[in-house]
Amino acid sequence: MTALAQLREVPRTAFDPREIRREFPIFANNLGLVFLDSGASAQKPRAVIDGIAEYYRTDYANIHRGVYALSARSTDRFEAARETVRRFLNARDVSEIVFVRGATEGINLVAQSWGATFLGPGDELVISELEHHANIVPWQFLRERLGIKLVIAPIDAAGSLDLAAFEQCLTPRTKLVAITHLANVTGHVVPVQEVVRIAHAHGAKVLLDGCQAVPRLIVDVRALDCDFYVFSGHKCYGPTGVGVLYGKREILNTMPPWQGGGDMIRTVSFAETTFQDPPYRFEAGTPDISGVIGLDMALSFMDSIGRDSIQAHEEALTRYAVAQLAAMPGVKPVGAGHRQLGAVSFEVEGIHPHDLATIFDQHNVAIRAGHHCAQPLMERLGLPATARASFGIYSDEADVDALIRAVRAAQKIFGD
Amino acid sequence: MDLRELYQDIILDHGRHPRNFHAMAEPSHFAHGHNPLCGDKVTVYLQLAGERIEDVSFEGRGCAISTASASLMTEILKGKTLKDAEILFGAFHANVTGGAPVAVPPELEDDSERLDLLTGVKTFPARVKCATLAWHAFEAAVHGGGLEAAAKTE
Repeated sequence: MTALAQLREVPRTAFDPREIRREFPIFANNLGLVFLDSGASAQKPRAVIDGIAEYYRTDYANIHRGVYALSARSTDRFEAARETVRRFLNARDVSEIVFVRGATEGINLVAQSWGATFLGPGDELVISELEHHANIVPWQFLRERLGIKLVIAPIDAAGSLDLAAFEQCLTPRTKLVAITHLANVTGHVVPVQEVVRIAHAHGAKVLLDGCQAVPRLIVDVRALDCDFYVFSGHKCYGPTGVGVLYGKREILNTMPPWQGGGDMIRTVSFAETTFQDPPYRFEAGTPDISGVIGLDMALSFMDSIGRDSIQAHEEALTRYAVAQLAAMPGVKPVGAGHRQLGAVSFEVEGIHPHDLATIFDQHNVAIRAGHHCAQPLMERLGLPATARASFGIYSDEADVDALIRAVRAAQKIFGD
Repeated sequence: MDLRELYQDIILDHGRHPRNFHAMAEPSHFAHGHNPLCGDKVTVYLQLAGERIEDVSFEGRGCAISTASASLMTEILKGKTLKDAEILFGAFHANVTGGAPVAVPPELEDDSERLDLLTGVKTFPARVKCATLAWHAFEAAVHGGGLEAAAKTE
């Protein structure tokens, strides 16, 4: 290795992504893979993959049921995971942590339980143009059902939330603001602390979609003072099929169950059923127990690396990618200039993102091309689709360099 | 596989400079095609005189493959009968999806060969829909029942 190459390998952050990559078997099994699609789903470390298998081998039984020791042990592990999540989000109490299938289910839970109980005709709900479909469609269902008004807070010319315009969207009838913490298309960090402050000043509650934020930012729900926070396990190195809804205890206490079944009840007779307290009230049926155990391992894995280091790493790598892309002729990063974290969307003049993705794939570079489940935002940006590179703790500058080479290869094919 | 087989010069040319790329003022039939996976959109306009395709045009936004495919389709279908179109699409579809080969009568062989330019997508399964989108929209326009119809995808 040349001295220059060695210099380039020196990580800017407290950990070496190349070292971390050894913990992710996908890379050993796909040599040369340049994985730049962690925003869609992150790869899984050995600790999670093996940990789930080990749990099935040693401690598995259904939870909250058996009086036998094995079931008690399994229940302990499940509830220990709840404590890990509480600590991870700095929630006040474990009863504020509800396990769901993913952020999508968390948002649907809030819409159907809290929304259907506390919203009525003429009430207003504010979302933003940055939202993923998961933070649009459940509220549209509610609009059809209850006759509420859905108000869309606009983005500014650079594609980031316009705070002044957002404040204008709030009225005395605004009951909830549901907004992303980190935009999945542009990687923009939304100033959610300000959003919460403004919303609360207008008497509205706030739900934050933390899908992209939790893998990359230190999230402290108490400092944010948000009322609800949702995220998916699979984007923070955990398994698919599990996610978290955080809700302030005093709010969860007022919410009725949204699904009926076992585990969520206190007593059942054919005449009447009484329900458990949160969080169990919202966890009907046998949950994805091993998924929750895996999530515990994923969050612990992130903690062992250090969340401030992860944030610094993602920030530095995103800056590097934006700078490299912006320096290329015919290439335009979307929404550059704002604080971006973990993802960068870009356009290459004269080449459709789908063609880019096919050419990149031939160079072993995996990116996302398309509308990123955010069609209204794409419409607003005037782009039918974008190419998006997104990063994880195993991503490094060499991955970005490979991306840049792949862009050049595409330009060569299309430019000749 | 070599990307050059997929992105041949003729395809790149049609992608950059699509032919018959405009809306039609008074089409006898038209249909929208939409690939929800990538957001590609195409609208195919037809002027049918009985069984004969008097005129065909399209507009929309998409990748090089879908645009080139739509462009080639309009060039080839102009003046053909609906039966010719059915045979050509059948052969093309079988070609790109790996289905059983469809026999093409001698008078359509040249056209069918031109469409073979796009068979490079066969080795890129995620892209087959791009190549067939306009053809599905064409079919929807013809068979849609009304003036306006929505196309299915693969």
